[in-house]
Amino acid sequence: MTTQTLKGINFSQIPILSSLARLFSKNNKTNQLADMVTTLVVPVVAFSIFMLLWSFGASQIKTSLGAVPGPAKVWEQTLTLYDEYKEEREKEVAFHERQEKRNAAKLEKNPDAKIRVRPYTGKPTYFDQILTSIVTVATGFIIASLIAIPIGIICGLSPLLYTALNPLIQIFKPVSPLAWLPIVTMIVSAVYISDDPMFEKSYLNSAITVTLCCLWPTIINTTVGVSSIDKDLINVSRVLQLSWLTKVFKIVIPSSIPMMFAGLRVSLGIGWMVLIAAEMLAQNPGLGKFVWDEFQNGSSDSLARIMVAVFSIGLIGFLLDRLMLILQRMMSWDKSAVLR
Amino acid sequence: MNTYLDLSHVTIDFPTASGFFRALDSVKLEIDKGEFISLIGHSGCGKSTVLNIIAGLHQATEGGVILNGKEVKEPGPDRAVVFQNHSLLPWLTAYENVELAVKQVFKGKKSRQEMKEWIEHNLELVHMSHAMHKRPDELSGGMKQRVGIARALAMEPMVLLMDEPFGALDALTRAHMQDSLMEIQNELNNTVIMITHDVDEAVLLSDRIVMMTNGPAARIGEVLEVGLERPRDRLALAEQPEYNHYRAEVVRFLHERHKNPADEKQSAQEDSQKDEEKPLLYAVNE
Repeated sequence: MTTQTLKGINFSQIPILSSLARLFSKNNKTNQLADMVTTLVVPVVAFSIFMLLWSFGASQIKTSLGAVPGPAKVWEQTLTLYDEYKEEREKEVAFHERQEKRNAAKLEKNPDAKIRVRPYTGKPTYFDQILTSIVTVATGFIIASLIAIPIGIICGLSPLLYTALNPLIQIFKPVSPLAWLPIVTMIVSAVYISDDPMFEKSYLNSAITVTLCCLWPTIINTTVGVSSIDKDLINVSRVLQLSWLTKVFKIVIPSSIPMMFAGLRVSLGIGWMVLIAAEMLAQNPGLGKFVWDEFQNGSSDSLARIMVAVFSIGLIGFLLDRLMLILQRMMSWDKSAVLR
Repeated sequence: MNTYLDLSHVTIDFPTASGFFRALDSVKLEIDKGEFISLIGHSGCGKSTVLNIIAGLHQATEGGVILNGKEVKEPGPDRAVVFQNHSLLPWLTAYENVELAVKQVFKGKKSRQEMKEWIEHNLELVHMSHAMHKRPDELSGGMKQRVGIARALAMEPMVLLMDEPFGALDALTRAHMQDSLMEIQNELNNTVIMITHDVDEAVLLSDRIVMMTNGPAARIGEVLEVGLERPRDRLALAEQPEYNHYRAEVVRFLHERHKNPADEKQSAQEDSQKDEEKPLLYAVNE
C-alpha cells in the first residue's frame, strides 16, 4: 500500500480503517504492534462479545412476531434487502428498454408521432430510502446552518442582540421534534399550495423539522466562539480600522471556526436523530418510514429488517459525523489541534 | 508648537465596583519627531495605559493626545502597535499578515505590484524573507515578533508604539531583536514609544527614558536623557562608564525611590520617613 493511500485513509478519521490499512501496508514496523492491538484488536474483541451476548439474549425472548432476531437473521435480511434492490433495478432497466422499443416502433410508423417518456414508478428500495433520508437531513441541516451561523456571529459581536435573543434560544432549544412536527405540517399545508409542487409535502415537513432542531447548537456555539476572540486580535482590527465586513471575514469567522464546527457537528447529530422520528410521522419515504412500515407490516421478518435499519442509521450517523470532522480539518487553520 | 506628539495632562479613571480607579494622573510628555522613547516602571504602574491612550484604544478622562497637530480620538494605522504577544492572525502566513495591514492602509494608493514589493521589503527589513509564507505556528517567538514589527512598519506609522515587544523572548533572542531594531531605526528614523521592563534595553535603545511612578494615579517621575552616540554597540557600551551611569540612574529610580509596590508593604514600617518623600518626585524634563 502506498503512503498516499495510507494518508487518504488516515484522513478519513476512522481509527479502525487506519489500523487495518497499516496492517496491510509494507512499511509495517514492529513497534506499531502495540498501537495496533489497542486500535484494532480491542474494538474487534468488544464487538464479538457484543454479538455473542446479543445472539444469546435474543433467543430468550419470544414476541408476537416470533423470537427476537439474532445477528444471523439480521445479516440474512441485509442480503435480502440488497437482493430486492437489485431486482428492482433490473425491473427498471427492463422498463426503460420496453419503453424505448415501443417509442422507436411508434416513430418508425409515423415520424411525427408524439412519444411519451414516463419515469419508472416502482416501489422505493431500501437504498432509495437511505438516499431520501440523507437528502432530507442535508436539506434541513444546510438551511439551519445558513440561518444559525449569521445569527451566531451577530449575537457574538453584539451583547445587546445576544441579550435579546438568548431567552428565545434557551426556550426553543429543548423542544422535541415531535412537538414541532404537527405545527410544521399545518403551516406547510396552509402556505405551500401549488398545482405542480416541486417538493413533496412530507419531504418539506421532515426537512423543516430537522432545521428547527438543528439551529440551536450552532447558534450557541458560534456565539461563544465569536465572543471569545482574543482581545488583541480585536485591537489589531481596531488599529487597522478594518471595516465591519473585513473584520468579520478576516478575523471573526476564522477564529471562531473551531467552535462553529463543534456546534455544526452537534447539530448534524441531532438532525439525523430527529429525522428518523420526523419521517415516521410525516411519512417521508426514508429510513423512518421504512421502520414504521415494517412495524405496521408485522411479518416474521419485520424485526430483523428494523434492526438492519438500526444499524444503517447508526453507521450513516457515524459517517456523517466523520464527514464533518474531515470538513473541519480542511477548514481549520490549526492543523495541530486534536479533533475527535 | 513644534512638538510632534504631545501628551498634555492625560488622566484616566477606570470604573470599578468600588468607584473610580485613577490609573494615570496628569501625565505630561512632549516627544519630537524621530525620537526613541522608552517607558519604564514597575508592573501595574500604567505604562500600557499610556500606550493604549496614544494608540486610541483607551480614551483619557481628562487631557489628551495631540499628534502632529491633530487630536487622537480613535485607533488608527498612523499609530501602529506592536503587541507583546505578537497578535498575528494565526490562520494567515507572515506575508498575508503584513498584507492585511498594507491593503488596508494603501488601498487605492499603491498598485498590486507596489503593494507586493512593499510587503516583501518590510519583511526583508526584519530579516524574515526566508519564512514569509509560513504561518505563525511554524515560527519561533522571535520570528513572530519580527513579523509583528514588519506589519507595524509596513503601515508607515507616524508613531510606532511597542508594548513590551521583547518581553516574552529569551535573553539571546531579545538581544538579537534589539540589534535588529536599532538597525531599522538607523535606516528609517521612526518616532518610537516602547514600553519595557528591561533597564539595559531602555538605555541601549532610547534617546530618552521616561520613568513612571507607581500607581494608582501614576505620573511621570523622571525623564532621563540618554546622550550615548549612535550607532550604539552593546559590547562596546558595556565597558563605557557613561553607559553604566545611565543604567545606574534608572536602577536607582526604580529600586530606591520607587520600590515595587509588593516589596513596599514589608518595608513600610521600617522606613516610614522615606514614604513621606514620595509624592515630591514629579519632574518634567523640558
